[in-house]
Amino acid sequence: MQEKENNDGIVFKPIFKVVLLIFTSFIIFGALAIIFYGPRQTQVDITEIDPELLENGVHVRTGLIEADGLQTVITNCTTCHSSKLIIQNRMGEEQWNATIRWMQKTQGLWPLGENQKVIVDYLTKNYPVLEKGRRPPLTDIDWYPLEGK
Amino acid sequence: MKRRSFVAKSGLGTLATLLGVEIVYKELIPKGYIPVALQEIDPFALFKKDEAMVVLNDKPWNMEAQAYLLNDRVTPNKYMFIRNNGLLPEKIEESSWKLKIDGESVVEPKSYSLSDLKTKFKHYSYQLTLECGGNGRSEFNPPAKGNQWTIGAVSCAEWTGVRLKDVLADAGIKDDAVYIGYHAADMHLSRNPTKEPISRGVPMSKALQEETLLAFSMNGEAIPLAHGFPLRLVCGGWPASTSGKWLHTISIRNKVHDGEKMQGSSYRVPCETVAPGEIVADEDMCIIESMPVKSLITYPKSGAIINEGKTVRINGHAWAGELNLSKLEYSTDYGTSWKTATLEKAINRLAWQHFNATVSFPKKGYYEIWARATDSKGNKQPMVLPGWNPKGYLNNACHRIAIKVV
Repeated sequence: MQEKENNDGIVFKPIFKVVLLIFTSFIIFGALAIIFYGPRQTQVDITEIDPELLENGVHVRTGLIEADGLQTVITNCTTCHSSKLIIQNRMGEEQWNATIRWMQKTQGLWPLGENQKVIVDYLTKNYPVLEKGRRPPLTDIDWYPLEGK
Repeated sequence: MKRRSFVAKSGLGTLATLLGVEIVYKELIPKGYIPVALQEIDPFALFKKDEAMVVLNDKPWNMEAQAYLLNDRVTPNKYMFIRNNGLLPEKIEESSWKLKIDGESVVEPKSYSLSDLKTKFKHYSYQLTLECGGNGRSEFNPPAKGNQWTIGAVSCAEWTGVRLKDVLADAGIKDDAVYIGYHAADMHLSRNPTKEPISRGVPMSKALQEETLLAFSMNGEAIPLAHGFPLRLVCGGWPASTSGKWLHTISIRNKVHDGEKMQGSSYRVPCETVAPGEIVADEDMCIIESMPVKSLITYPKSGAIINEGKTVRINGHAWAGELNLSKLEYSTDYGTSWKTATLEKAINRLAWQHFNATVSFPKKGYYEIWARATDSKGNKQPMVLPGWNPKGYLNNACHRIAIKVV
């Protein structure tokens, strides 16, 4: 029994030394880092969004509406460009298909196969074309008092 | 959303070590700002923009002003729109930056360092109006795809640099030269290094104008990163996409430049006018050159409420591509009657012109003040949308603000 313990001691000792050395250097370098850089440190809050989080029917990270096809759109469309480009554009089926063909021809978009219909259905259903006139009324006016002369 | 705190240094050295990558444009990142991998990017801090600017797109970055933000006579960086087609260049080294002049129609291909450009050629400063070809796109019906700019994709900053024509002459221009095309250091969204996000240009006549600059400073400082640091081609009065940012090559071409976004329907409108929604073949689309006559009321901000009997002093800017303005009118009755505003002369060719007027109202009620500019050829801004085109360019319809008299 005694002999075995001794043997164990001989086997583990160098490893403990290495661990101790790493641990000591960590503390020493850490202390040095604090001494040299400490006074300039600032505390900053960082917002981290859960990539899958859905809130009020909206996928928080991309701002896209939660509906059938959402994941397919995220995977195929937002790899290259922002979801903001999708949300601000409202087009019909034909226009979206033409846009996909254009992206495939010139922008390096891969073949979408069956996903193309899933994507176009998602877009036309959730971001339908809005009817606009030649000059709509001004909206969202933020009224404020102004001192005239 | 979950929040956590992170200890960061104001100097970014050890942060780079922490991330195991080099942090590029270190010198351009504001103090206290935590870069990319560690947080959601705050474009207002990164690009030093006012928080009232509107982000249209974050990959690539596209951001526009609102009318009332553009009240300065010379647009400061914080109110200047950003229109990027690709990703920002990942590495910019000013000391080793080179501008190459090449192409079929250059006599002798040459390369210039930034200090060569600054020391060999005379410097010039001009205030130059840069407007995105798609400014106003959001109003078109049927809608046109792309960034849905409202009215804020225009600026007039002071650019300083050397004349492109002086540098081209130094390299030598062959008689068969037709066009110049630029090449730049930004990266295609697909990160495919063989693809360029944008490579446009102008005919020789525009390239050789006195005001066409290879600019190294904007408003007296180094050009901000988002606007083309360290070198930008500036072609005032033309679609701002002709003013290539992060410039490393100018090719003198013996044909119309065929770079990315020169062909197809990019920055082109139908050669012959079409009905809204009509499909137009690529060969029937013509390149946009000088931008059309346009104006903005930059003061007061839309939504002002004033007391009956008081007047409102309005001011703003007007521009007309290659042309000057001959008149600026305003109406408070939807164009039934027009009054003339005071219009200043441009400080130099291709700079916007400032206007002002004192506006009175007959009685209480809701009003809109409409501004309408006329260029030196007599072209006026339309009150409704101009001709529809597939990509939604050149919307120069009158700007208007809402006023309530109580």
